[in-house]
Amino acid sequence: MAASAIGVVFSNMHEENVPELVRRRTMASIPYGGRYRIVDFALSNMVNSGITTVGLMTSNNYRSLIDHIGSGKDWDLARKDGGLILLPPFSDRHDKLYTTRLEALNSLRGFLQRRKEKYVVLADCDGVMRLDIADILATHEKRNADVTMVTHHGKVGNRADFILLSADENDRVREIKLSPHTSAGEAADIYINIMVINRQFLLNLVEDSVTHGFSSFESDILIKQIESLKIYRYNFKGYYAGIDSLAAYYKHNMELLKKEVRDELFGARDIYTKVRDSAPSKYGADAIVKNSLISDGCEIEGIVENSILFRGVKVGKGAVVRNSIIMQDNIIGQNTTLDCVITDKNVVVSDRRTLGGHEALPYYIPKGTRL
Amino acid sequence: MQRKKECVAMLLAGGQGSRLYALTTNIAKPAVAFGAKYRIIDFPLSNCVNSGIDTVGVLTQYQPLILNEYIGNGQPWDLDRTYGGVHILSPYQAKTNSSWYAGTANAIFQNLHFMKMYNPDYVLVLSGDHIYKMDYAAMLKAHKDTGADCTIAAINVPLSEASRFGILNTNPDGSIYQFEEKPKVPKSTLASMGIYIFSAQKLFKYLEEDDANPNSSKDFGKDVLPAMLRAGEKMYSYRFDGYWKDVGTIASLWEANMDLLGDTPEFDVSDKAWKIHSRNPLAPPEHIGENGVVKNSMVALGCEIDGTVENSVLGSNVIVEKGAVVKDAVVLANSVIKENATVSYSIIDENVTVGKNAKIGNPKDPSAEIVVLGRDVTVADGVTVSKGQNHEKDIKE
Repeated sequence: MAASAIGVVFSNMHEENVPELVRRRTMASIPYGGRYRIVDFALSNMVNSGITTVGLMTSNNYRSLIDHIGSGKDWDLARKDGGLILLPPFSDRHDKLYTTRLEALNSLRGFLQRRKEKYVVLADCDGVMRLDIADILATHEKRNADVTMVTHHGKVGNRADFILLSADENDRVREIKLSPHTSAGEAADIYINIMVINRQFLLNLVEDSVTHGFSSFESDILIKQIESLKIYRYNFKGYYAGIDSLAAYYKHNMELLKKEVRDELFGARDIYTKVRDSAPSKYGADAIVKNSLISDGCEIEGIVENSILFRGVKVGKGAVVRNSIIMQDNIIGQNTTLDCVITDKNVVVSDRRTLGGHEALPYYIPKGTRL
Repeated sequence: MQRKKECVAMLLAGGQGSRLYALTTNIAKPAVAFGAKYRIIDFPLSNCVNSGIDTVGVLTQYQPLILNEYIGNGQPWDLDRTYGGVHILSPYQAKTNSSWYAGTANAIFQNLHFMKMYNPDYVLVLSGDHIYKMDYAAMLKAHKDTGADCTIAAINVPLSEASRFGILNTNPDGSIYQFEEKPKVPKSTLASMGIYIFSAQKLFKYLEEDDANPNSSKDFGKDVLPAMLRAGEKMYSYRFDGYWKDVGTIASLWEANMDLLGDTPEFDVSDKAWKIHSRNPLAPPEHIGENGVVKNSMVALGCEIDGTVENSVLGSNVIVEKGAVVKDAVVLANSVIKENATVSYSIIDENVTVGKNAKIGNPKDPSAEIVVLGRDVTVADGVTVSKGQNHEKDIKE
């Protein structure tokens, strides 16, 4: 069966919410859950739903993303027809470098025109979830919709760039609100930045928008044409981790320590990521590890509790790591204590240091820091 | 100019490994799992790639399904090449003389056309039975420096074990004057590692002669190497002093796994300068639970450990439930050790379920037998299994 949809993943959207983590990388390449990057979830969801062509939109800082993605083979997306197609910024006499989603879509008109699939799945990289896109596509088709927007019923965080949808009893979207003034913590149907749209229809929209000088996909197109377009909501009821602040990043990573969350995301063992051929982890004679996720290549001599260790982390003798996220290739010295800390990649913490934060405000140590 | 490869490797992977009992009922020995995430064949394949040899023929015969699946197109070892790469070479039918591989030399002989396709100057013959890291490029350089026709990698073994090996009797310059296959009274302790480099034309000549000889058993150690020596070809030993372990028995396979543990392990697989490549499991990081105790152990991705794991090696996606104890044991991928079960001094193959309160194995003791549970075996709750290396069927009581 040929795939009925292609995917387009936006790797840079919403970066303003987590400035620390995207200083030297894209939203898509933020490390997550011990051995993944956020983009792995979007790509795996697409691949597991039968999508074999994915365009990966990038605008800046995308070196880490290219390094991660490679040829796409780790996601089974190294294909002769389609596969993973990196779409870096493009500009010419007519089209300037894009700044908005509409301009971004305009810049990939050629890609959209060349494909034959009926639908396009547009996804940002600000969420971690296990999503059955095949079911969304089937629902979209059954309703004969123009656009299907995926929502999740949850609390509005502190972010400024969210969209709320109101729909009727048939899930037909009747109102789209851009970042309305809601008190943080209020529950609502939040659009999770994943959308299904008919490919030819999308092309027409984009071309029409260029002619009319529109710039916003949401306010100039979706909101203005809400009556004439068949926009539907698809409410996703599973586990959703919205990464809209450093605190949310910390909180959602820590949720992976719960079995039910792990089972939902990883139970089927089909989240793909780049393979590094690390050795299996080694636990020393004095290691004490409790309620923690440990990736391959780690060497643990000390104490690790309620923490997530990425690949190749070394925890020295007498060291205590609690409630922390320790990214790839960190070295935690002997008798050092870390509590509520997020250390980015390649951080070295010397012996006998004590560092701590709070779960509402975890202490973040940038990539490559030597302490 | 004709394209060519300087050196082609031929990896003998057809062995049954009958002394591994239940572990090799359904898979060839080179596909046996080792070191939490590896299979034995990862070591020679990684050695090849790390030594710059990118053309490898893998000769399979016994139960090749899992081995073939595992090797696939060779991509995990970077051996998916447009010219060269890894190739599975199974026995085939021909107009005349269709036959199974009748011995190590015959297996290579039947694939002369494969080697000749690459027009090599040298052929490296390997076996898929050993755990070691070795730079074949250094051995090839020695082969060229001595101008040898055949170079045999050799390692010093204890005198007490020497009669299990092919023993090389050498002159001070390393040249071989006598080759003794499993001698009762060994004259030296220099054992052949089953790793040979031949100058290609000499190999082809002697393989053809060996094939024509009706009295030959078609074996390198017994026939081809002695024939070359008799004919006065230049044969040299190449001394190897690193870690090298024949994992042909349950005890040696268990020991080799244990050699990975400790602060300064006898065998280190985490050396970034000599990476051991493998096909990686698709699994999240392992989770150690609130009740989990993991000490002096190696654990692969995807494990869920809420019991106690000590001095053990766990493959990917192994579950050790609360109250269960795994000690001095090797547990391979996807096995489940249920609540309050005990596994000690044992090798548990892939996909095994050990029921609640069951007891597998004995306390570690050199005189005790290592218990082996074969692939897919289910042990019922409360059952005690304290002996046997060939459990292939479910154990109900």
